[in-house]
Amino acid sequence: MHDLAPLCALGGTDPAIETLAGVTLTEFPDLALASVSARRGSEAACRAHLKGLLNSAVPKPGRAVFKNPEAAFWIGPDQWMVSAPHASHADLTDQLNSRFLNTASITEQTDGWVCFDLRGEGVEEMIRLCANIDIDQMQTGDAVRTVVHHMGVYILRLDPANALRIFGPRSSAKSLHLALKTAMGAAL
Amino acid sequence: MSQKNRLDDGLIDRSETFSFRFDSQYYKGHKGDTLASALLANGVRLMGRSFKYHRPRGVMTAGSEEPNALVELRDGARKEPNTRATTAELFDGLRAESQNRWPSLAFDAMEVNDLLSSFFAAGFYYKTFMWPAAFWEKIYEPIIRRAAGLGSLSTRDHPDEYDKGFLHCDLLIIGGGPAGLAAALTAGESGARVILADEDFLIGGRLNLESHALGGMSGPAWAAEMGARLGAMPNVRVMPRTTVMGAFDHGVYGAVERVSDHLKVPEDGKPRQILWRITSKRAILCAGATERPIVFENNDRPGIMQASAIRAYANRWAVTPARQVAIFTNNDDGHRTASDLVAKGVDDVSVIDTRTDAPSSSDYNVIAGGVIDQTWGRLGLTQIEVKMPRGGIRRIKCGALGVSGGWNPNVHLTCHQRGRPVWNDAIAGFVPGEALPMGMTVAGAANGVFSTHGALKTGADAAKGVLSDLGLTAKTLPLPETEDAPARVTPFWHVKTAKRAWVDQQNDVTAKDIKLAHQENFRSVEHLKRYTTLGMATDQGKTSNIAGLAIMAEVAGTSIPEVGTTMFRPPYTPTAMGVFAGRARGTETRPTRLTPSHRWAEEQGAVFTEAGLWLRAQWFPKPGETHWRESCDREVLQTRKSVGICDVTSLGKIDVQGSDAAAFLNLVYCNGFAKLPVGKVRYGLMLREDGIVMDDGTAARLAEDHFIVTTTTGNALGVYRHMEFVRQCLCPDMDVQLISTTEAWAQFAVAGPKSRALLHKIVDDEFDLSNAAFPFMACAETTICGGLRARLFRISFSGELAYEIAVPTRYGDALIRRLMDAGKEFDVVPYGLEALNVMRIEKGHATANELNGTTTALNLGMGRMVSKKKDSIGSILSERPGLTEADALKLVGLKPVDPENPVPAGAHLMTKDAKATASNDQGYVTSACYSPNLGHHIALGFLKAGDARLGEVIGLVSPLTGINHDVEVVSPHFLDPKGERLRA
Repeated sequence: MHDLAPLCALGGTDPAIETLAGVTLTEFPDLALASVSARRGSEAACRAHLKGLLNSAVPKPGRAVFKNPEAAFWIGPDQWMVSAPHASHADLTDQLNSRFLNTASITEQTDGWVCFDLRGEGVEEMIRLCANIDIDQMQTGDAVRTVVHHMGVYILRLDPANALRIFGPRSSAKSLHLALKTAMGAAL
Repeated sequence: MSQKNRLDDGLIDRSETFSFRFDSQYYKGHKGDTLASALLANGVRLMGRSFKYHRPRGVMTAGSEEPNALVELRDGARKEPNTRATTAELFDGLRAESQNRWPSLAFDAMEVNDLLSSFFAAGFYYKTFMWPAAFWEKIYEPIIRRAAGLGSLSTRDHPDEYDKGFLHCDLLIIGGGPAGLAAALTAGESGARVILADEDFLIGGRLNLESHALGGMSGPAWAAEMGARLGAMPNVRVMPRTTVMGAFDHGVYGAVERVSDHLKVPEDGKPRQILWRITSKRAILCAGATERPIVFENNDRPGIMQASAIRAYANRWAVTPARQVAIFTNNDDGHRTASDLVAKGVDDVSVIDTRTDAPSSSDYNVIAGGVIDQTWGRLGLTQIEVKMPRGGIRRIKCGALGVSGGWNPNVHLTCHQRGRPVWNDAIAGFVPGEALPMGMTVAGAANGVFSTHGALKTGADAAKGVLSDLGLTAKTLPLPETEDAPARVTPFWHVKTAKRAWVDQQNDVTAKDIKLAHQENFRSVEHLKRYTTLGMATDQGKTSNIAGLAIMAEVAGTSIPEVGTTMFRPPYTPTAMGVFAGRARGTETRPTRLTPSHRWAEEQGAVFTEAGLWLRAQWFPKPGETHWRESCDREVLQTRKSVGICDVTSLGKIDVQGSDAAAFLNLVYCNGFAKLPVGKVRYGLMLREDGIVMDDGTAARLAEDHFIVTTTTGNALGVYRHMEFVRQCLCPDMDVQLISTTEAWAQFAVAGPKSRALLHKIVDDEFDLSNAAFPFMACAETTICGGLRARLFRISFSGELAYEIAVPTRYGDALIRRLMDAGKEFDVVPYGLEALNVMRIEKGHATANELNGTTTALNLGMGRMVSKKKDSIGSILSERPGLTEADALKLVGLKPVDPENPVPAGAHLMTKDAKATASNDQGYVTSACYSPNLGHHIALGFLKAGDARLGEVIGLVSPLTGINHDVEVVSPHFLDPKGERLRA
């Protein structure tokens, strides 16, 4: 085992947690991520592998599938982001390569993103100050690409429905965190 | 006596008394007052001075169309000029100052302008301030600057915060008066997602200002009940204090919500205002109408107001501006003010109606066919003179005069997308035209329907139309019984005999100015506007535009619709710059990107610089170093002597995979990539379609079907976008997949003669780092520190034996600390961008300075890299005439003949002793630095046919900074030109 200690995206050894008026904003570093892009001519085979991995239909555009331990959401035509717990799946890219073989290009995305979980009554009013999405129409399992304060993000609605997961660019973690914290203070 | 002009009732809360200050006087008012209503209640009519002539002015309206009563509200850093007293909600401790007067409102020295008014007619500045020319900069301009504007800024940092927000709905209803409420109730009860926005702090529009009953309830009571009903519906969002200020494309509306303007100080963490972007499937404009005045002699005295404003103050704010009131009207609506005043105990009211068939009344005196000829009272109206229908003059003592020339529907939002309104003779006003913004319909007074019943009905009907469009079943709600009087107006725009009569009160534009514009041939409506400045003040001509058009039509012998209207543009009312900025202020103007070693670099005391959105260490000062050159020189020398480390995470990294990955790269790079062996890296040059260099970088082949492409920091996004375009649009049949991995991997350059030795301590034992096993330009996936996955690239920007090592970003901090620890025995030094730049200039490596969007591979000395054995983007056009001239610019090195001299970037090159003119220009300097290795300044630059002029002494000139000395043309590779250190 290597002996290099990891840091969270916000620069701390422990994930940051903010609470205000019943809403919590939690940094969530324990996810491994990998992108899966079907190779040309192998789209059907790639989907079959993904279906097998998720034990469910492949996520449609704008949708996610939450399975344990793997989950996935759509990020482009024949392209998905797969996530799994980091502790057990640090080598997620290798695992997926073994499964998909030449039907898809797999790329490690784990540390390209910072993940924030938002939970509680009031997340909707908060998000209204952050992203141009119709949050009232967003259902559990919806996964949209949008922008928060000039940063491209993915927002997923989890289960239960008053929980949102936001993926943003890791290098801008502090800016994104500040934007979300400020919205908490303004909306709640 | 305090609040001597108060009446009974009204919608103010007398249980809450507020103390406020206007200029140097303290007054009392109540919750629910505006600054204007509270001042009127206290008998204050004089509230401002006009722009040009400094004439005493009072409040004219009771709404956001106010032209005169503009104050500087608040003090200190929150001071805001040009705030309309009519919309400023009163709060305890409010402070306001009048504007545009010195030394005081009652005595303004600049009133002398009014005496010199014949010199200040419209456009006077086109005919003056020209002679003598020398006076312009030191005398005329400073005077004009001091005189310009109305209010003044605090010039301090603004302490409040603003938010941007996003809302979505089925139906946006703009305006919460009777039409808007009926529409909202109909749509809300039918299950649509509704937003109802009104600029006022009370929902209800004119229902709160009139004395009409609705189904036996008073207007305010009905409005409050409906507002509460709407507020309780989960599918309806009621937004008071919210101005929908623009109709933008695709069903998007801009709305400013004044969250905290009515509070002394915003609550902690809460914004002052929010700019909402509302995306709505449909919209109904229920913005009402604005009463227009009539133009007559001295029609701008304090106390002369809209007739509807006088009754608004009486009904809603329980205030009369004076105990003796006159009304001047051309329509039935003006009479309402008289009857409402009498009902509230102000019974000294006279109505002067221009129409000979004006209705009479037993409650007040009516002069049918009369016209106002003159007014008196410099600091406040004292009496008017009426030209009687049968001849003669009658003088009427009064402290307030309500003027009603008819009503203008507020069509503005219907015209924000280049629509034009159309003339309606029945109301003698403009109504919305045919071409409305997508999804918008109009109801109520905004559509020329002026009765309360008409507003309710058209509002409900419009909502039903929308519901039907959206596939929802409309519930028909019973409408309360209410008045349905027809609008009876006989056009009367101005008294022709008037000598000084105001059309645009805020910009001090008179009827004479409009006639002058016509005389000087500025006759089109857009010219009229700009020549006279009619409609160009902060009120955007809401109470003046139509009268101006009417006067122009008259002198031009055409009709008002033929004169036409000017272009309408958002915002509907003045909007603070702060709310457009939102949270994007100061350091948060844009996101900041931090490298994985940022925390560690901060601990070292690094000085940071911005590279795009990134913060990168520029140099790492050591204790005792006082100048950046000391640090930079030290870092350069130490790296070349032993080993240095630099965080290069910010350079773009693009993952390229697929069975056609190599063919794809062969297309986007001008040099060959198809045959790059697995485990090798190659420098790549990317051209634009037009043959100019776009970017350079490297591509590392980790497997047959897997490359990592690097780009410069600044071009990462541009190159990625370009590659995606090529993939999706130019060669969609290729099997290639791209994704960015810039953020996912922390990457460090480890450079210098001891770099291998250092890395030997980091890379796991199984990996052979020897020169034979891992030569220059090799790459591999490996593990470090006992099994952490890593990528190793033997590439060098510094020209030393060097590597770049990458690990997943979460380990970047740990890695830099481990490298520094392991490197202690080698005197390892961290180096920043300055040192990186010096080293690459010493080696003649190009960066963005050389890849400046005008240079080609040939200019860079890389002409032969453009392979002619294959097609690649830019290859063909790189050979076009103009890019292949015999004396084309070539990259050269430059060193000063006198070693003490610098060779500054941006300087130009001339043949020795030639005159420094553009026609003698031989080239320019792109990158420069002091080389601690050579002991003098050096530079890179482009010189005509430079590769054939090595050794020539040429002139370096920078005329702007007075530099002119000789430099020698040398090879751009100042150090180790054979690259022996690289390949060690």
